[in-house]
Amino acid sequence: MTPRVAEVVATGMLATVQDLGRPGLAHLGVPGAGAADRRSLRLANRLVGNPEDTAGLEATFGGLRLRFPGGAWVAVTGAPCPVGRGTYAPVWVPPDGELSLGTPSAGLRTYVAIRGGVDVEPVLGSRSHDTLSGLGPPPLKPGDLLPLGSPAGLPQPLADAAPPPPWPDTPMLRIRVGPRDDWFTPEAVAAMCAVPYSVSEDSNRVGVRLRGPVLERARRGELPSEGMVAGAVQVPPDGQPIVFLADHPPTGGYPVIGVVADADLGLAAQLRPGDQVKFLRVR
Amino acid sequence: MRRAGEFGVLVETGDLAASHRLDAALRADRPPGVTEIVPGPETVLVVAYGAACDAVDRLAARLAALNAAAHVPGGLAEGDHPVVTIPVEYGGADLAGVAALTGLSAAEVVARHTGSEFLVGWLGFAPGFAYLTGLDPVLHVPRLTTPRTSVPAGSVAVAGPYSAVYPSASPGGWHLLGRTSTAVWDTSADPPSLLRPGMRVRFIEKTEKTEAGGS
Repeated sequence: MTPRVAEVVATGMLATVQDLGRPGLAHLGVPGAGAADRRSLRLANRLVGNPEDTAGLEATFGGLRLRFPGGAWVAVTGAPCPVGRGTYAPVWVPPDGELSLGTPSAGLRTYVAIRGGVDVEPVLGSRSHDTLSGLGPPPLKPGDLLPLGSPAGLPQPLADAAPPPPWPDTPMLRIRVGPRDDWFTPEAVAAMCAVPYSVSEDSNRVGVRLRGPVLERARRGELPSEGMVAGAVQVPPDGQPIVFLADHPPTGGYPVIGVVADADLGLAAQLRPGDQVKFLRVR
Repeated sequence: MRRAGEFGVLVETGDLAASHRLDAALRADRPPGVTEIVPGPETVLVVAYGAACDAVDRLAARLAALNAAAHVPGGLAEGDHPVVTIPVEYGGADLAGVAALTGLSAAEVVARHTGSEFLVGWLGFAPGFAYLTGLDPVLHVPRLTTPRTSVPAGSVAVAGPYSAVYPSASPGGWHLLGRTSTAVWDTSADPPSLLRPGMRVRFIEKTEKTEAGGS
């Protein structure tokens, strides 16, 4: 009998196993981790009939190639990249067939859900690789054989295809100011929302580092370490904001000027170096 | 009360003892929908991920009342935390350096480190990395000017007003006083971290005798 596995042929820049992460352990120093663009992973899972929190694969800037000795139903979502078999739809890869992601035309992270899920050993309740702490399965390497879960008992996929979301020319992140906006001048909050920031090369799953207007502080001194949420826009002393993504540290000591809306975090995770992004203040 | 995004409330407790009282009260009687409770030295972050807007408003009101109670003597029960004893083989790479910085002998550094009761303030930096307060002020030394690229798991260290046990191998800029074989971090245990906010910790010097005793 053919084993239920996916063979990693090529990984691209970085490919990891991700589910919805390890919530609830921040007080023990454990980052949340999980898919950086959770909406895309959830959709990919729904397309193949998996529960939304099933472990799939997160590819960074395309380049992931998988071979399925026993065949598999898969769905590809997130950053749109050329895939011979189609994206945003459940697709059957026949036995010994390959799924190969090209380079995305926009966005950064592409998700692959496989019916039955990626069945590596969970750590603290999650199969996510956490780039900050190293928890979870290591990043994929060529030659890895990923065990796949059984599709037995899963519902049949209901949709033949999902419309891919439109990709914005200048992405907009809605931001709610606080909790530490009072550490900044009133002009800083206005400046942040006035002109676009550009995305820096050193962005990763921990955060999107931005370059643009310097956010001036209204007070000096150090903030005692405090809990951080995903989407927090932390501002180090150089005044250049960082939008925290899935692998952000659970606590931090730089003031948070605002928090990106949960619904826009997936978009933040799709920003690639050189992209322009604008903040839009809400409420 | 400060809001941290749609789902987060950052409670300003003002001090660590009040953070611990509020943390203990919230864990003992967790408000519905709360997904994270993260105590810090002067704050507690409470997150109700996915909760409706008005539910987060109600949570914020309840947290304001609890925070007020945390500042009244007897307003919130103190958590009941046992003392965790951690045997240490002193003789770490920086023991002599800390002795030189403080003007003490190595034996006096050990005596002062084993002579204090520590409190687990909060965790951060790495999974299971507990900031222990209560370090003898004489042992307050600045971080290493050049952090090490790798510090072994179980290293017992000091920096600034804190002591810590490195839960796993990681880079680190703290002064290494010694090493313990007590596992402070175990992903197969529940909870995975031996040290949790509010717990008390004592270090004891591991000698031939305590080793023979199997501690």
